[in-house]
Amino acid sequence: MRLTLHVWRQQGPRTKGRLVRYQMDNVDHEMSMLECLDVLNEELIGKGDEPIAFEHDCREGICGSCGFMINGVAHGPARATTVCQLTMRNFKDGDSLTIEPWRASAFPLIKDLVVDRRSFDRIVASGGYISVSTGNAPDANAILVPKDIADRAMDAAACIGCGACVAACPNASAALFTGAKISHLGVLPQGQPERHLRALSMVAQANLEGFGGCTNIGECTAVCPKEIPLEVIARMNRDYIAAALSQRDAEVNTIRPFTEWSTGSKLVNDPHATS
Amino acid sequence: MGTIALGVRDNVAARFWGSTNGKKAVMAVTGLILFGFVMGHMLGNLQIFEGPVAFNDYAKFLRSVPLGLWLARIVLLTSVVLHVTASVQLVLRKRRARPVAYASKESIASTYASRTMYWSGPIILAFVIYHLLQFTFGVTGVPDYQEGEVYRNVVSGFGQPAIAIWYIVSMLLLCLHLRHGVWSMFQTLGVNHPRYTPILRHGATLFAVVVAIGFISIPVSVLFGWVS
Repeated sequence: MRLTLHVWRQQGPRTKGRLVRYQMDNVDHEMSMLECLDVLNEELIGKGDEPIAFEHDCREGICGSCGFMINGVAHGPARATTVCQLTMRNFKDGDSLTIEPWRASAFPLIKDLVVDRRSFDRIVASGGYISVSTGNAPDANAILVPKDIADRAMDAAACIGCGACVAACPNASAALFTGAKISHLGVLPQGQPERHLRALSMVAQANLEGFGGCTNIGECTAVCPKEIPLEVIARMNRDYIAAALSQRDAEVNTIRPFTEWSTGSKLVNDPHATS
Repeated sequence: MGTIALGVRDNVAARFWGSTNGKKAVMAVTGLILFGFVMGHMLGNLQIFEGPVAFNDYAKFLRSVPLGLWLARIVLLTSVVLHVTASVQLVLRKRRARPVAYASKESIASTYASRTMYWSGPIILAFVIYHLLQFTFGVTGVPDYQEGEVYRNVVSGFGQPAIAIWYIVSMLLLCLHLRHGVWSMFQTLGVNHPRYTPILRHGATLFAVVVAIGFISIPVSVLFGWVS
């Protein structure tokens, strides 16, 4: 199978990037999209060129590391898949693919197709937790959870934080991600003590990170590899509005957004540094 | 934390307005108010088909209680100001949220109506301003405007095809705006259920089409001479 790839190449956060054309003559239809890029990278390395940087880890669609735009659609044309699960049989011989990184100011570009998604980590850190008593392990099933509630929590917890929702959203909104994280704990009895503070904090953090607002158009859920429904956004709004109206003090947890990296240069300068 | 002096950001209302979710909630509530007005206005306007006397009496009745009239005007004007301010601020935020545009971007699930809210909205606002200048203030668009002669003013205004077409196009855009807005406000206020949301979506489409047909029937009737 012959493919023409137009891949976004950018040396670093502050340099100018551009789409570079690569011709591939020997693409196997059983390859995944990432394996296709692996083959291309081997070729580039052989020629002494710099390989295309892209993020990947599990390569089975559960870690949320990989992801980029293919012809304007996050994670490519197949529904409910990540790019590592996307096999090349989804394309036809002679197809032309435009491959770009997620684009959002809250996802600053690091290199080529790799973006910094620590804004997601900070949203989770601001409120994506529950309080548990320390000491002996509690009895299993001490708190009864109805099956349908457990299922809904699990559906929301399926979010792998890949960032496709933000990438597909015309407003670059993180509503689906934030909604999934708020819903996953908020529907469970264990998540009730922090329910209001969680909604206030995680919404505040998403706003602080510079994500856009949600216009309920549904592009996010259509590209979500885990098919998180729009319902989680409504749930976030419900919890947020209820919390904002009933709040008695001004308590909200947020974390200052940062874009610098702590390790890189330190490792070079300090041979005793461990991380 | 309760003992800290309240700054602007600690003011609950200011913080609610400061968040995108809060702004959208304000847009949903004001949108609901404006949708209620549009429905009432459309149903009231249909009385034009009962003839000049009934229609002029209806117009007189609307102005018979000045307190009610001004109360409604203040609520509507406040709603418009909040709705527009929030949307402008959200558009500016949206621009900042994606400074580098995609070379290629496809829409795979959203409706045309939902993607064009930022276009249909401003055009409808421009239309509303023109509409008020035309029929409430009589400044433009009605060649022989006479205060209180509502029926005559409508027939005379819509007798000009260009003005009737501008009205019809605006109502079609209003139809698009409502088609997304009327179900979207439920989502924004936190109502979403696998059983009821599809009904809300279809209901929004139905209401949007009914509103548009109701309004458009008037200039069409004038143009074809059914109302004269």
